[in-house]
Amino acid sequence: MNSFLTDPIGFLILWFYSVLRGWNLPEDLVVLIAFVVGAFTLATLSLLLVVFLIWVERKIGGRVQDRLGPNRVGPFGLIQPVADMLKIFTKEFITPDGADKVAYNLGPILAVGAVIMIWAVVPFGITLYGSNLNVGILYIIAVGGIGTLGIIMAGWGSNNKFALLGAFRAVAQLLSYEVPMVVSLLIPVMFAGSMGLNEIVRAQTVPFIVLAPIAALIFFISSIAENGRAPFDLLEAESEIVAGFNVEYSGLKFGFFFVGDFLHAFTIALLFSVLFLGGWNGPGADSMPILGFVYLMIKTSLMYFLGLLIRFTLPRFRIDQMLALNWKLLVPLSLVTVSLTAIVDKLAMNNIWVRVIVLLLVNLIIWLSLQEIMERVYRSRPPRRTVNYPRLKPEADEPVVQPETPAA
Amino acid sequence: MPMQIFFLIIAAVTLISAAMVVTVRRMMHAALWLVLSLFGVAVLFAMLESSFYAVVQVIVYIGAIAILVIFAVMLTRHMMDDTGRQIAKNWWAALVAVVIAFGGMVVLVLSWSRFQVGPGTAPSELLLLDFGKALTAPNQFAIPFEVSSVLLLAALIGSIFIAVERKGGQK
Amino acid sequence: MIPLSWYVIVAVAMFCIGLFGALTRKNAVAILMSVELMLNAVNINLIAFWRYLYADPAADPTRALAFVAIVFVAAAAEVAVGLALIISAYRQRNTVVAEELDLMKG
Repeated sequence: MNSFLTDPIGFLILWFYSVLRGWNLPEDLVVLIAFVVGAFTLATLSLLLVVFLIWVERKIGGRVQDRLGPNRVGPFGLIQPVADMLKIFTKEFITPDGADKVAYNLGPILAVGAVIMIWAVVPFGITLYGSNLNVGILYIIAVGGIGTLGIIMAGWGSNNKFALLGAFRAVAQLLSYEVPMVVSLLIPVMFAGSMGLNEIVRAQTVPFIVLAPIAALIFFISSIAENGRAPFDLLEAESEIVAGFNVEYSGLKFGFFFVGDFLHAFTIALLFSVLFLGGWNGPGADSMPILGFVYLMIKTSLMYFLGLLIRFTLPRFRIDQMLALNWKLLVPLSLVTVSLTAIVDKLAMNNIWVRVIVLLLVNLIIWLSLQEIMERVYRSRPPRRTVNYPRLKPEADEPVVQPETPAA
Repeated sequence: MPMQIFFLIIAAVTLISAAMVVTVRRMMHAALWLVLSLFGVAVLFAMLESSFYAVVQVIVYIGAIAILVIFAVMLTRHMMDDTGRQIAKNWWAALVAVVIAFGGMVVLVLSWSRFQVGPGTAPSELLLLDFGKALTAPNQFAIPFEVSSVLLLAALIGSIFIAVERKGGQK
Repeated sequence: MIPLSWYVIVAVAMFCIGLFGALTRKNAVAILMSVELMLNAVNINLIAFWRYLYADPAADPTRALAFVAIVFVAAAAEVAVGLALIISAYRQRNTVVAEELDLMKG
């Protein structure tokens, strides 16, 4: 009883192993079956989470935009995702003429598979993890690359010039924003001394967001750009390129892209919590893994809420603004942050408080110099010409203003 | 026994995908088969207990090089249009030469007894740390490391310079 | 127990398949893909030897890993520059067939 309360998932895993061994199977097969069932369960649970996330997103989005959100179907609109899913399941699959069947059908699978595979290395508690890779962070980056491949195949397999153009722009954005993401991921690796996610969580006696706030900010921004959420959602905007690379998909295949998008948003919040907010750390989480899981979910929900707020308040970037933001701001900033943090960290390793204060000072210096540089760039740009448009019907006492012609 | 069966399956997948790369007619399918064979190579690296290079293979080859190849296939599509002969006229001569080379090397490999050994002790967990220290130690591998970064910089600048279209059509 | 010769034979086979592709394909991008296959075969070879001779007292394990890193870097640089050249040649000559790019033929 005691072990079931403190560690229900571990209890279930041990019970499952004992059932399998009771069937007198060879040991390798027992381990293989247990891993396959575990992977299947984790993937199913994460996909079921998306159902709840759809409701959360639409309700909170509605409230941010001063409207109610779904409230017809069920109490507080809770059955709305079920209605959405019924609609998506029953739509017809229309395959465009001349589409390459392999690429067209493989695109959505790779796009969703890449996101679910990230969940295999995330530590949910002190003993709750899929697999403890010692190169966990590189694995996450590799899996992100597979998602990019899925988008190209979707865009090319649609046999549609606009889908192809959308796929090109999507891949340009995804490949560009991988660079600051990877460079800023070096900082938790440096602090923890290992690339395994479990070791990074264990090394966070002080959460890494305190030690490296700029790196956390860069990681958050580039993860949102990797996902393709607003304000970086040029890839799938209706008004931009007619929904981009997934214009020829209908029914459940489009539903796959949709699910992958929402799950990726939650996965970003999860990774940020694990890497920078301390993961499952908290009072009492060392002895009771289920408490660690609860702490992680609380932190993830906070970051997910922050992502939703950003999504529903900021307008969309243009493609050239997005790429300029990446190559002119984020990449130099992340490189400078990594080098300075590496130098300072080696010098101030001894006392934890000295380390915190010195690193915060370094980050403050970087931030202030960034502000100064941006201010000078802003001041040196020529001011935009403004035109005074006349009113259609001038008021009684208002003089009619002629539009100023700009100086030749 | 199960590891041997697994190895045979992965090796078969890798080699068959490699064979499809060099024989299929449509270039896009060749690029997709290349992705599959590179993934098979990554699984082989993982079986050889080199998890670092398995993941780096996926990042560098599949996540960057394969995407670059797919882009090149898409941008140069209109001339070939996947019709006509894909393979040069004297392909049987190349096949004979390659089969002779393969046969010779296999005979060489199987005839030396030291190749039949099994795996020794597994690499320790701290090898990655030692590798990192070796890459920056001045008496070990710091110079190849720096030279390879200069090579990447040269490739970056060179390929941008070659591929950028000059405004106004000047070359 | 998988003997070392199996890994070496797989690497040799992949190298020969890549060699066949580089010798017979007409499209320049296909030739580049075959060269990538050859470089991957070299990598398999290096890592197989690293793993199997790890316990050998005369071997320096980090040397093989450094070799593999250099091969990765060289392959990536070569693909980038090669594809830039192919795209530039395509723009000038409107063809990617290797035997039609023969301006410097004697």
